[in-house]
Amino acid sequence: MVAQNTAPASRRSGQMLLLAVVAVLAAAGLPFLINSFFVGVVTSVLIWTIIGLGMVVLLGYSGQVSIGHSAFLAIGAYGHALLIGAGVPFFLSVPIVVAACLAVGALIALPSLRFSGVYLAMATLAFAFIVEAVIGDLDITGGRGGMPVPREKLFGYSLTQTNVLFYATLVLLVGTFLIARNLVRSRTGRAWASLRDSEVAAASMGVGIARYKTYAFAFSAATTALAGTLLAHKVGYLSPDGFTIQQSIEMLILVVIGGMGSLAGAFYGAAFLIILPILLSIVKDKVPSGMGELPGLEAGIFGAALIIFILFQPKGIDGAIRAVLARLKNGTGAGRDDHAGA
Amino acid sequence: MQGLEVRHLSMSFGGIHAVRDVSFEVPAGSIFSIIGPNGAGKTTIFNLLTRVATPSGGEVLFDGTNLLGLRQNQIARRGIARTFQNLELFQDATVVENVLAGRHINFSTSIWQEALGVAETRRQEDANRAEADRIVDYLGLRRFRDTPIAYLPYGICKIVELGRALAVKPRLLLLDEPAAGLNATETQRMAHWIRDINTSLNVTVVLIEHDMRLVEEVSHRVLAMESGRVLTVGEPQEVQRHPEVIAAYLGGVIA
Amino acid sequence: MIAELLLNGIALGCVYSLIALGFVLIFKATGIVNFAQGDIMMLGSFFGLTTIGLWGMPYLLGFVCAVLATAVCGYLFNRLLLQHVVGRPEFQIIMVTIGLGYILRTIAGVVPGWGSLPQRFATPFDGKVDVVFGMPVSQERLVIVLVTAGLMVLLFLFFRFTRVGIAMQAASQNKTAATLVGISVPGVNSLVWALGAGMAGVAGILIAPITFVYPGVGYVGLLAFPAAVLGGFGSLPGAFVGGIVIGLLEVFSGFYLSEWVRNAAPYMALLAVLFIRPSGLFGVRLQKKV
Repeated sequence: MVAQNTAPASRRSGQMLLLAVVAVLAAAGLPFLINSFFVGVVTSVLIWTIIGLGMVVLLGYSGQVSIGHSAFLAIGAYGHALLIGAGVPFFLSVPIVVAACLAVGALIALPSLRFSGVYLAMATLAFAFIVEAVIGDLDITGGRGGMPVPREKLFGYSLTQTNVLFYATLVLLVGTFLIARNLVRSRTGRAWASLRDSEVAAASMGVGIARYKTYAFAFSAATTALAGTLLAHKVGYLSPDGFTIQQSIEMLILVVIGGMGSLAGAFYGAAFLIILPILLSIVKDKVPSGMGELPGLEAGIFGAALIIFILFQPKGIDGAIRAVLARLKNGTGAGRDDHAGA
Repeated sequence: MQGLEVRHLSMSFGGIHAVRDVSFEVPAGSIFSIIGPNGAGKTTIFNLLTRVATPSGGEVLFDGTNLLGLRQNQIARRGIARTFQNLELFQDATVVENVLAGRHINFSTSIWQEALGVAETRRQEDANRAEADRIVDYLGLRRFRDTPIAYLPYGICKIVELGRALAVKPRLLLLDEPAAGLNATETQRMAHWIRDINTSLNVTVVLIEHDMRLVEEVSHRVLAMESGRVLTVGEPQEVQRHPEVIAAYLGGVIA
Repeated sequence: MIAELLLNGIALGCVYSLIALGFVLIFKATGIVNFAQGDIMMLGSFFGLTTIGLWGMPYLLGFVCAVLATAVCGYLFNRLLLQHVVGRPEFQIIMVTIGLGYILRTIAGVVPGWGSLPQRFATPFDGKVDVVFGMPVSQERLVIVLVTAGLMVLLFLFFRFTRVGIAMQAASQNKTAATLVGISVPGVNSLVWALGAGMAGVAGILIAPITFVYPGVGYVGLLAFPAAVLGGFGSLPGAFVGGIVIGLLEVFSGFYLSEWVRNAAPYMALLAVLFIRPSGLFGVRLQKKV
């Protein structure tokens, strides 16, 4: 039995805060240390971390499954691109798009929450297909051909510059992280965890089940939309192929591999998701022939990683790191290593 | 009337009468036990009172208000909390976090205030944490305070669930087999908590229990059921001597 | 014109029905929401390509061999993989099937003779047209409808009269009771996977001349979801009819409305059913998890 192996909450959160501040400062210095290709890679990781934060809340904390968040990514990216194209400034466009997805997320979630988890998964899947079909047909989005993202400036600096986008992303990520952290540590976070573990017990304590599921869903929809606005600047050109079920599934892979036991899992998962294909492409270049030409090798590796993680490390990278830390702290082998996770 | 009034409560599903025409009263401030063989419909009554299930007929009044018009999650706000026959604790969370989760309705912050972590949120969080700690201490759980539920023995978990229900700050506490799975010492301790919660915290208690010693020790009145209907209601000892109750239990043993 | 659309819709719907049936079969028996069902169908297409196209087997023999091969794969998927995650949270199991689908797609791109470019194999019905009730009818579509109808009858007889079929029903209704009467539930589950995969295999071979054969063809299999939801999610006849409805919806909306409606229509139907009549078109009570 592990009793009293944790530091008092106040001291622990103090250490965490210090660590977070150091991490953010280090990140802020990155553009001076590495070349712009890698700054771009890190930006992608941070954008997907924003998505991951919403997914950790939705899946890890509240235990709901969505296979349709690519729709919110699409609404975020296209909505933002269209708004700034119409002359709405960045500072106004981002909140509008995020607020819209908060509302749409709530609307989508509410009716399907009456049923078991599979139905929410089905409803979100359907929503994503419909959004994809609509975007592929509208004139203003350029249909299947897509549309360029209008150039936009932030404090006079163009967002097409790698470093400018990097700092914008970093700031928005920190903001999202703080909000997510506040929520999961508040009674809302406890309500999420309680309805995930036992709906009947949660309701007996006065937790409105549908209400809190909707909160979690709307929050994740909003973070995904926020990531979409940044992604629009990152890729510079939007087409429906970038917003399919494939992307929804990548978000799920992100949380499974990163781990959904804590918000940190979002970062690990995003790093895995972005960096693995880059490593693969480097390896492909090195391999003489044949092997390097494998189409869809990436998908297979993601699939294999997914299965291996679920079979052997269902708490993901985050769980592995925490187990190692706990072991170091205790000096014994008594890390938490059960399968009781979400 | 102050307290709980159940009138002609019935529930049937799929042709089975889980509860038929059950009536009883629990005056405020008393301890009331429901006994009966397995499958008698005891837990169903709790589920009907807390709106987990919907009755096919009857009335339930608590301090004069009709509970049947409420939704499941509104019951706690009326001052009613419960425990579960098979623990429904949050496995990954620690003891104090479980108790704190029970404080849900005692917060008045909005989700926006919580998201932004404003001063009011922190004030209420601190106040509720202090209250949760008081409950942890009251139930003698201090040394398990930061232990995750998954690592605790069953007997302790039972008390944690009691603590989580107390955290709601109820006027009526429904305990579903609080002593099931406990050894003699633990049962003794549970009897102590039940009496103490009743007298010093002034909480009305309804419990479902098989352990007749515990029932006799704590209850003011006892209701015996079989196959969804009431056999008898009365003082603990007179109920135990009731011939139909004896028959029901013997029948239960043979079956 | 309408008659032709009707036949096209029903033929397409039959394929969706077959995929959905296998999907519902597996869901009912094992509780697993199998996201790899479409990719198993893709596997069936490629097996057909191998036996009929590459090895030059006679169509019927190649057809049977390919279906058997797909069924064996289904059996092995459960035996080697899914059986090991039984009892895990629903989400984890879903992710395992998604991972399986990804791996199958990559494998299909690698196997010699398969690859990522769309291919096709010859069938005895290529371009042939029959005249039914005075109307020209493509043999290809006719075969799809007839094979599906035949399979439905076989399936009904199988569940009604064979020991294995009855054991499968028993195991899906009450695992404990089934175990008590001596049915090996894990063993039956593997057979259910074989059956479900075999039906996807049939669908894969039948649809190959229409969609061609390539690793991504399994996306068609996602249409099993609207079909299943339309049918009430847990019902086999429901899944069958649901598949037909989806097929008709797709063909007619594509013809009379526009391309995007064609793509979105099955999912609009799914949402509509979910929000308005969650028990499906036929009022099958959905099982809520307790």
